[in-house]
Amino acid sequence: MGSSRKTEIFVGAFVLASLIAFFVLAMNISNLGSLGSDKGYEVTAQFDNVGGLQPRAKVTLSGVSVGRVTSIGYDKESYRAVVTMVINADVDYLPSDSQASIYTSGLLGEQYISLEPGAEDDVLANGSQITLTQSAVVLEEIIGKFLVSFTTKN
Amino acid sequence: MLSSFMNFLQMIGAYILGSLADLGKSSLFLGQVLLGIKDTLLRPKLLIKELYSVGVLSLLIIVFSAIFVGMVLSLLGYVTLVDFGAESSLGVLVSLSLIRELGPVLAALLFSGRAGSALTAEIGLMKATEQLASMEMMAVDPIRRIVTPRFMAGFISLPLLTIIFMALGIYAGYLVGSVWLGVDEGSYWSQMQNKVEFQHDIVNGIIKSVVFGFVVTWIAVYQGYSAMPTSEGVSRATTNSVVYSALAVLALDFVLTAMMFIN
Amino acid sequence: MGLALMKEKDNNVSETLVTIHDLHFSWDGGREIFAGVNLEIPKGKITAIMGPSGTGKTTLLRMIGGQLRPVSGSVNVQGVEIPELNRKELYQARRRMGMLFQSGALLTDLSVFENIAFPIREHYDFPESMIRDIVLLKLELVGLRGARDLMPSELSGGMARRVALARAIVLDPNLMMYDEPFTGLDPVTLGTIVSLIKKINSSLSMTSIVVSHDIHETFSIADYVCILSEGKVAATGSPEELLNSDSEFVQQFVNGKPDGPMPFHFPAQSLVSDIMNGDSGC
Repeated sequence: MGSSRKTEIFVGAFVLASLIAFFVLAMNISNLGSLGSDKGYEVTAQFDNVGGLQPRAKVTLSGVSVGRVTSIGYDKESYRAVVTMVINADVDYLPSDSQASIYTSGLLGEQYISLEPGAEDDVLANGSQITLTQSAVVLEEIIGKFLVSFTTKN
Repeated sequence: MLSSFMNFLQMIGAYILGSLADLGKSSLFLGQVLLGIKDTLLRPKLLIKELYSVGVLSLLIIVFSAIFVGMVLSLLGYVTLVDFGAESSLGVLVSLSLIRELGPVLAALLFSGRAGSALTAEIGLMKATEQLASMEMMAVDPIRRIVTPRFMAGFISLPLLTIIFMALGIYAGYLVGSVWLGVDEGSYWSQMQNKVEFQHDIVNGIIKSVVFGFVVTWIAVYQGYSAMPTSEGVSRATTNSVVYSALAVLALDFVLTAMMFIN
Repeated sequence: MGLALMKEKDNNVSETLVTIHDLHFSWDGGREIFAGVNLEIPKGKITAIMGPSGTGKTTLLRMIGGQLRPVSGSVNVQGVEIPELNRKELYQARRRMGMLFQSGALLTDLSVFENIAFPIREHYDFPESMIRDIVLLKLELVGLRGARDLMPSELSGGMARRVALARAIVLDPNLMMYDEPFTGLDPVTLGTIVSLIKKINSSLSMTSIVVSHDIHETFSIADYVCILSEGKVAATGSPEELLNSDSEFVQQFVNGKPDGPMPFHFPAQSLVSDIMNGDSGC
């Protein structure tokens, strides 16, 4: 019965190897790893135009990723889009007058939110709203502005 | 002229009816195999032996293929992306390709060629040498004793092998992309971690491999069990097993991909 | 008529273990293999079923074992109607039967010992020591106790058949069926198998059915012989009765004459016209 013991060991090793691979896939390769570590606080911001911003887009501070967009909705009262985002718990020093802008990553890339810190002493906490916002750049508006400025030059 | 056309139609009709009958037979067979699952779980030794011969012995080809596929993917991906200045997305390219598509499909095709054909040949030969009939006469149900453990082993092994394929392929891609071609290590992994979603990509990839495992193993054991008990019959059954598995995997892949990855 | 004579000869009336009545069978609408077969296999004796090639002798064994279903007719084994059993009952009935296949059909990935232990392990939860004792006793019966650790691929044809025989009797069945047990063996092994069949039948009080076309060997051990031809029972009787039979058919079969009621030539047009037609072709 010695060979069946060897067989069992190999099968056990096989299953173990695939479990390890699975964890590597989950933690290192997918976003599951970074998701878990997000113990963060929720902040909202209203924009005139969110452009192509998607949920799960990153929120950056000076280019460093500090959070994620969790949902995008609409406010009937103010007629503006409402973006809800989660910011990492250890980034608890954002002044309450910080500005949130929607930028595009790279030339063809997806859009993300960039935060610029303000100067107030109060900091953003769970449930705060960022009041200073800059909407996404819409191509048609730029072309429109360009044409207007071009045609009114002379 | 008309009669040969009628003959042609008749041939097609007979072929379709024959295929339908075969599909029916294989479904009934599958039912009997599934009924034996309870018995097999009560005798883990049988299952472990089959897991070894079906799963562990397929590791070599899976590992080898994963490494080489990952490396080639990374190489070709780099060459194309660098023209757009987007080589930092290499990690995303390699991982999403492997997880969503290449991992499940290639692992299934390789598995069908290595383990599926072996299962078909083994069961077919047992039929041809009357071992299955002699088991019946010893009041042992050959389906429950021989087929079900092998079916379960295949069904369990393929997803495990696919996971190993994905992980190894991505790491091999990292070796070529970052260590050799110079893509920034940080961007390879971090962009990947941003874009690869556990639920959407990895879980769906694994679901694909579970479906493939079911279908490939089903085809393999059915072909073996229904083979003509001659040497020609067994060889034809083995060929059919690999060919039908490949067709089924590719067709199902299309259906599953459309369901999972098109929003 | 033969059976009635047999019954008169015996002082103790032997019961029948297997009764086959008006059996009809054909493969999927093809040629009819059995066109109304009536047969009784007496208990405790060796009955031989013989006949020209292709008359379905092996098929008959398969029907007794329940591997094939008749188109119509009754197959009654030990009081149970085989074609009417469901899967569970059929497997139950098979426990009392043993079958020796022509090729032995040993499980190729198990050793000789494991092959013989297989039925025990599958059906019962005996302790290892008991299994070992049973297996070794059966191996002793067929003279292969020393070969217990060999693999089937290492056995000669005769040895494989003896191992298969030990395996078939390991659970002490009431009914043993032998499918062409004498085919392809050397004279010594042949003699061994013949004596084993006889010994097993008497010492274990079994009923044996032997399917064969070896006249000499079969007649030397059979108590009753039944000859099938063209889907029906053509003749029955003890070996002596058949050897002295008036029937031309039985005489041709028993003496191995090439031509007689079973024609030598496959049906065809006359030789002269066949050759003439060939010449006049293009």
